[in-house]
Amino acid sequence: MSNNRVSRRQFLGYTLTGVGGFMAAGMLMPMVRFAVDPVLQQKGAGDFVLTDQRVEDITEEPVRVDFTFEQTDAWYVSEVTNSAWVYKEGDKLIALSPVCKHLGCTVNWAGDPEHPTQFFCPCHAGRYEKNGQNIAGTPPLGPLDEYLVEEQDGYVAIGAVRPNTLV
Amino acid sequence: MLNKLYDWVDERLDITPIWRDIADHEVPEHVNPAHHFSAFVYCFGGLTFFITVIQILSGMFLTMYYVPDIENAWQSVYYLQNEVAFGEIVRGMHHWGASLVVVMIFLHTLRVFFTGSYKKPRELNWVVGVMLFGVILGLSFTGYLLPWDMKALFATKVGIEIAASVPLIGGMIKVLLAGDSTILGAQTLTRFFAIHVFFLPAALLGLLAAHFIMIRRQGISGPL
Repeated sequence: MSNNRVSRRQFLGYTLTGVGGFMAAGMLMPMVRFAVDPVLQQKGAGDFVLTDQRVEDITEEPVRVDFTFEQTDAWYVSEVTNSAWVYKEGDKLIALSPVCKHLGCTVNWAGDPEHPTQFFCPCHAGRYEKNGQNIAGTPPLGPLDEYLVEEQDGYVAIGAVRPNTLV
Repeated sequence: MLNKLYDWVDERLDITPIWRDIADHEVPEHVNPAHHFSAFVYCFGGLTFFITVIQILSGMFLTMYYVPDIENAWQSVYYLQNEVAFGEIVRGMHHWGASLVVVMIFLHTLRVFFTGSYKKPRELNWVVGVMLFGVILGLSFTGYLLPWDMKALFATKVGIEIAASVPLIGGMIKVLLAGDSTILGAQTLTRFFAIHVFFLPAALLGLLAAHFIMIRRQGISGPL
């Protein structure tokens, strides 16, 4: 036992602070957990979405392929149409995300007449190689994301997005 | 650590007198339940304030998910209650607290009435208290519509008809509340939402400040 005597005032102070803190925490914990829920929610991996683009029509030149899926945004369910830039490398299908890695605008293939073999972002003139590699000296700091892509009954099907594996 | 931080601020801003003014005051024996247990009736005002604080906090968090729109209001309430972690608890706090705050403010009013605390020189504080009672009832009425379920809709229909029965200006009050002379719908919901989260809480905080400043200035009324 220590020789420091705890005065009645100190004891009451500690007790009240402890009980009060416990009560305040019990009140605030549910509300804070409620607020941070979106950060902690697990999202399931996306399924493949069938497009109406025939695989045999895909060449080595990227084409824009739109795909529509049902998106559940909390209580709001809606049809959302996204797009991908799809081309063939040999027999392999490649699908790149059109979302610029600078600030999220949408890139176009050959959008800049001076660079007809590159992706171009109109917002801040970011450019990418065909495989999504960002070009040094333009704003983007990383390569375009890549979609999982597969052939289903002769048509292109687009899956989940993942970091670029080509560069 | 905390003491040092406090000292650092206090040395510069001299906050101790302010803090003393707010927190350090004597509780007379006749209102202290430690001396006479029956003095717990003097706690109802503080409990009303405590629950009001819970209502403000839980309400702030609920608006993170709630949308005041006839298409989405019910859906968003369903989502926040059933899909969001602790949604049932946070909505439950607001739901049960809403009833409890009315009960507490009523008990507080009874205590003030039966101890005669409203008498001179505290008449003005009684007046402000009655206004606070009105604001709390207004908050209860406007909040009741927001989940936008059948119970809320028909309760509000009845409430608005009651308001419409006021002589001469009843029709105008009805349109002012519902936003339309016949429809209880989109405009009613947005109006009730605005009144519930902005207008009435602003009035509530102002009146509470007046209520507390007056009780500090006049002190608690003497023993019976």
